Amino acid sequence: MHKVAKYAGQGVLYALFAAVVGYFSTLPKYHHLEPDQALLRLSFKHPGKTKADCRQRSPEELARVPANMRQALDCPRERSPVRVRVELDGKDLYDESFPPSGLSKDGASTGYRRLTIAAGRHHLKVQFADDVRVAGFNFEREHDVHAKPGQVVLIDFAPDQGGIVIR
Amino acid sequence: MSTAQAPDAASGRSALARAFHALERGFDRVFGPGANPLRQLGALGFWFFWIVTVSGVYIYAFFDTSIVGAYQSLEALAREQRYAGGIMRSLHRYASDAFVIVMALHLVRELAYGRFRGFRWFSWLSGVPLVWLAIACGIGGYWLVWDQLAQFIGIATTEWFSALPGFEVSMVRNFLDAGTLSDRFFSLLVFLHIGLPLLLLLGMWIHIQRITRARTQPDAWLGWATLGVLVILSLAKPALSQAPVDLSIEPARIGLDWFYLFAYPGIYRLSPGAMWFILGGSTLLLCVLPWLDAKPRPAVARVDPANCNGCGRCLADCPYEAVLLQPREGARSRFKLAVVLPDLCAGCGVCAGACPSSTPFRSVDALATGIDMPQLSVGDLRGRMERAVGRLAGHARVVVFGCDRGAPVHGLEEASVAAFSLPCIGMLPPSFIEYALRGGADGIMVVGCADGDCEFRCGAEWIRQRIDGAREPHLRTSVPRERVIMLWPYHDEGGSLEAALAGFRMQLRSTMAAAGHAPKRRQGETTHA
Repeated sequence: MHKVAKYAGQGVLYALFAAVVGYFSTLPKYHHLEPDQALLRLSFKHPGKTKADCRQRSPEELARVPANMRQALDCPRERSPVRVRVELDGKDLYDESFPPSGLSKDGASTGYRRLTIAAGRHHLKVQFADDVRVAGFNFEREHDVHAKPGQVVLIDFAPDQGGIVIR
Repeated sequence: MSTAQAPDAASGRSALARAFHALERGFDRVFGPGANPLRQLGALGFWFFWIVTVSGVYIYAFFDTSIVGAYQSLEALAREQRYAGGIMRSLHRYASDAFVIVMALHLVRELAYGRFRGFRWFSWLSGVPLVWLAIACGIGGYWLVWDQLAQFIGIATTEWFSALPGFEVSMVRNFLDAGTLSDRFFSLLVFLHIGLPLLLLLGMWIHIQRITRARTQPDAWLGWATLGVLVILSLAKPALSQAPVDLSIEPARIGLDWFYLFAYPGIYRLSPGAMWFILGGSTLLLCVLPWLDAKPRPAVARVDPANCNGCGRCLADCPYEAVLLQPREGARSRFKLAVVLPDLCAGCGVCAGACPSSTPFRSVDALATGIDMPQLSVGDLRGRMERAVGRLAGHARVVVFGCDRGAPVHGLEEASVAAFSLPCIGMLPPSFIEYALRGGADGIMVVGCADGDCEFRCGAEWIRQRIDGAREPHLRTSVPRERVIMLWPYHDEGGSLEAALAGFRMQLRSTMAAAGHAPKRRQGETTHA
């Protein structure tokens, strides 16, 4: 191959290499959300109530165990799962139960879900149930949101802030 | 005479291998074999790694490891010192991308050529985790920028890992709002972004441990040219941050670096679990491939202690670190014995070609050498060559030595031409050339493999150096070089050999005519000189 043709060929291939590196380092853009979508992000970490009440041990039961283990109350460790229900503009959007963590199911329930919604005004109703001994949901919050395109509406659970948090 | 099937197109090279070979030949014409990037992808990987390292050290000097400072310090670097920090930052990104490109091509090339099975299993297997490590290094780097791409990566990564057992979904809570993150998070990221590349470098070092003289530096022209191209790209399209992190919004359109972040869209288009299945399954498949597609291995070299003098030439020439020297039992420590490591031996026979005992001039009926190949011993080669040379007739009688994996030489045989195909041309002891000439051949044609086309590495280079007198054992200077021709065709260029042979024989006839006589075979001369 002629020397000039060789150098020209090298130039073309080096330019192609640069073009591939330069282009795919940022392009094509990934459309993570459609332009008219917003995001509802549910995230919480919350220990449910214990599944059963503590029970008073009888004197006979206490007598059967060593003195250092004589605790008056027998409290089951297993916790209730945390059930979450989300209603958007009067329609069910999401309903799921999150089991407690741990081998003895005595840890906190953790939940994370990512739900895309249409941007715009919405009426949001969120319900949490963390006690199987109580029928229905023991926490509820309703909120009007105006979600701009790409905006994240966060649903959390913080007992010290009154329970369900929407922001 | 052949010892193995020639793996040319006819004998089952895959379509991918043929395509890659065609591409390599095209690149050979443009770059020349010595500067062909496709033939030094591993070396280019090292080269880009060092560019990334140097530029990374520069960036780190100006990087502020805090939530507020990270973004600002990198933006200042790119905008306030555009021709220093800006170029360094861009080089850091683009050289990292180039690293992934050559890594991927390297993997596909070795896969296409079947260079993952048999004795190569270690190099293949040790290369698989490097892919993950390299990708992890890049992801960590993008995280440090702390722009909206970093926000996307941070959340997506934690969402992705949440699909694995043992990883809590609560990890993602770190990215719910700015209050959940601290500057220590960046200290951790910096630690990872330094630690992972160090692990990668260690892995790359392990990866080349079973290869003699592994090439870790590309051709100088190629190296500087690629660096120049990346600098030009850095000037033309400086690497800049995207918008700063805002956890109240979800980035909708993201400029992904597809070389590192190709899997992320799949997390959302499919599911996190599906992406683990696809990537984990692919990795597992790559790991077990050497055993899934195993083929019978050629016989490995054998040492004959009675003929090994412990000179170490086989050790020096073995392309795969498969030979050791150990003290001889019951002898003084300076007396060594070669030992072959069977798992590492490729069966190429280069060691037999390097052994000084492989000379056919030794006055023994049964020629045994210090290290030899069971499938074609040096003694067998001498015997067959003596018989073949004895049968040669006519003028300009030629003996051709070729390679089983290179251009086939058997088609050249005729009354005045004898052809021998060896496992690798590097197996040819140069003294065989002189021996054949003394036995009655008028010329010797040595057919090796083109640069970069050698199945076993080093074989063509060693025989070239031995014949040129630059490597031991060398061809004696008294052997007339005009009667020896060396050719380096590609493995699928067997057809070109006929013309080359015809030209060589014509040249031999002219030489003989000019000398006033035709070299005659010395009738009755013993071939055990």
